[in-house]
Amino acid sequence: MLVLPDAVHAQMVAHCLDGYPLEACGLLGGHPGPTEARAVACYPAANAAGSARVYEVEPRDLLGADRAAEAAGIELIGVFHSHTHTDAYPSPTDVAQAPDPGWHYVVVSLRDNVPVARSFRIADGKIEEEQVVLQ
Amino acid sequence: MPVDVRLPTVLRAATGGQATVAADGETVAEVLDDLIRRHPQLGEQLLTAEGGVHRHLNIFLNDDDIRYLGRLDAKVGSDDTLTLMPAVAGG
Repeated sequence: MLVLPDAVHAQMVAHCLDGYPLEACGLLGGHPGPTEARAVACYPAANAAGSARVYEVEPRDLLGADRAAEAAGIELIGVFHSHTHTDAYPSPTDVAQAPDPGWHYVVVSLRDNVPVARSFRIADGKIEEEQVVLQ
Repeated sequence: MPVDVRLPTVLRAATGGQATVAADGETVAEVLDDLIRRHPQLGEQLLTAEGGVHRHLNIFLNDDDIRYLGRLDAKVGSDDTLTLMPAVAGG
């Protein structure tokens, strides 16, 4: 389960909308847990790939997010990115490049009028959707 | 002189859970070599068979990406910190 405060969710979706028509991305900071993680910070990042099909978190933004999380006493717990025309579901590329099996992978679909955010755990090539709780 | 090397969560199993470890060297290459000598499990996760940095790994020398500092030849001083972070990408 991933708990997302409304403000974090809103910031994440806004960044995805701002990035359209390209894929947008960013990091989530918070508190991990075996069954429930809580995101308390959104760290929008630049998409170094500058593409509507792929993303790469700009390395310096990644470093900045890591440092900001450490300074705030939290840690990076996941990444979010947008799918501009497809479902909010990890693509084969997402699965192949998932960097950390402990992370939460949020996909925000901008295909429809209302953005849809879903979260997943990705480990050993397997996708498991998890509940997202907005608070 | 040893420098601090900060590791991402996904690599800490190779260092007994330590987030920051020390390694010696005057260049990034030497520091990574010493890091791998001290923590052999890191070897294949950091470097390719040809001795280059894996493309899915970002290495920062303080605030700078080593890609802009000469990569593995970048000079390292005792007050410097190397931060290793996996590339975060997908589609």
